[in-house]
Amino acid sequence: MNVFIHELRGEMKLYSRSRELAFFTFMLPLIFFVLLGSVYGSGDKINGYRAADYLLTGMIGYGLIATAFAGLAIVLVIRRENGVLKRLRATPLPAPFYIAAVLLTTLIAFAVMAACLIALGMILFGASFPKAPVSLVATLILGGATFAALGVAITGFIRRAEGASAVINAIYLPVAFISGAFFSQKHFPEVLQKVADVLPLTYFIDLVGDVMLKGTQIWSEPKDVAVILVWGIAGALLALRYFRWVPRED
Amino acid sequence: MSSAVSVHELRKSYNGLQALRGVSFEIAQGEIFGLLGPNGAGKTTTVEILEGYRERDEGSVTVLGEDPATAGLDWRQRIGVVLQSSSFYDSLTVAENLALFAGYYMRPRPIDELIELVGLEEKRDTLVRSLSGGQRRRLDLGLALVGDPELVFLDEPTTGFDPEARRRAWETIGSLRELGKTILLTTHYLDEAERLSDRVAVLRDGQIVALGHPTELTSTLPATEIHYRRNGQDVVLQTEEPTKVLHELTTEALAAGHELEGLEVRRASLEEVYLALTREERE
Repeated sequence: MNVFIHELRGEMKLYSRSRELAFFTFMLPLIFFVLLGSVYGSGDKINGYRAADYLLTGMIGYGLIATAFAGLAIVLVIRRENGVLKRLRATPLPAPFYIAAVLLTTLIAFAVMAACLIALGMILFGASFPKAPVSLVATLILGGATFAALGVAITGFIRRAEGASAVINAIYLPVAFISGAFFSQKHFPEVLQKVADVLPLTYFIDLVGDVMLKGTQIWSEPKDVAVILVWGIAGALLALRYFRWVPRED
Repeated sequence: MSSAVSVHELRKSYNGLQALRGVSFEIAQGEIFGLLGPNGAGKTTTVEILEGYRERDEGSVTVLGEDPATAGLDWRQRIGVVLQSSSFYDSLTVAENLALFAGYYMRPRPIDELIELVGLEEKRDTLVRSLSGGQRRRLDLGLALVGDPELVFLDEPTTGFDPEARRRAWETIGSLRELGKTILLTTHYLDEAERLSDRVAVLRDGQIVALGHPTELTSTLPATEIHYRRNGQDVVLQTEEPTKVLHELTTEALAAGHELEGLEVRRASLEEVYLALTREERE
């Protein structure tokens, strides 16, 4: 267990030293929230919520996919391709400790960011404190675990460190957009709405709105939970199947 | 005393191509064993099977009493690995990298002692991303030694070094001998193998074509060569009886009153043995 704590500390230090991660996955959602939030007037409504409140749920969704999916996947691909993961395999650090430390670091970063978003919302845009806080925490953990599993899974399909950011950006930015992270999907073409209907981020953002703004409990939204969970399980299975410690040879 | 490493009839194919075709050798505890060969001869495949990274097709392998294919974390406490490519956390300093990896081991060596051993005292608190290639390679060695292993794998540890950096690395590896470590070294530098190794195996096309002490290997080429210059022409005599030939030459030169310019007497070097061994192929 001491080894796990040691590794977790190491991962947290690595996370805090990485300017790229700090900016693209941590700061960017906060910046977007402030910028977009100041565009809407206080009377504007989106999907029945105050515009700034809706935007807060969307930005938590955007923060989730940026941190747990994109940031995690890029870090793992780079570490695999430059040989750090291979080196780790030669040490007595148990693989589950390593994976758990990396995932937990990602979840902590996401939790801190979500807290910052909520605080910014309350300070700048008059958002209220989350109405069902325990359910919100459960929702964040569910979302974090699901997108982290998908992030680990995607590493198996990326071959080189150089292309990793490009490929992952090309996936997560459109997904965030289609899932309604920046604005409501109501005015999207029907095709995009159909796509949005299967994406896990759509359900996560919806669930955050339910528990944070309406005060619904997480167990009262079984459909949202089920869709997120199915994606999470699929991600975990793909991750177990395709995750590699060493670069592919050829 | 039991062997640190024991390899018997090791075979490995990739997509039908035989990379290893029945390799056998033993490494005694405390021995520095050099695995020498051109690129593609099977050095890295052999080492990575011994490190547990690759699976073998056939043959038996025992490393520190265990089969690397099934050995657990306790076994990893006892080995150190320098891979062909240097890889660390670039955003951590030299000392932070060592400290992070030290935490994985039960009996790590003190960080500052390691830094001194690999000669990175001045770079202790420098971020790894600003180290030179040679300094990174030394940190590699430091990380391989951080758990105070019994057996160290060094896969081409000085490739890309300038002569000064290579000399320093040799000193460091030499000091490991004094610590009683067993070392498996792969290299394609003959002088390195000759200088560091107690025994050398020459690998060619997945087979060991020579195995022994560097001086034993050089004795497989019979001739001693005598070089000198006469009337501006280089003369090379190959002989099995260097004492006699040399005596005749010098007697004759003395009698005639002229100097044997550029006189040199030398045994075949490991390089010549190696070239001879790796050349006689593909008939």
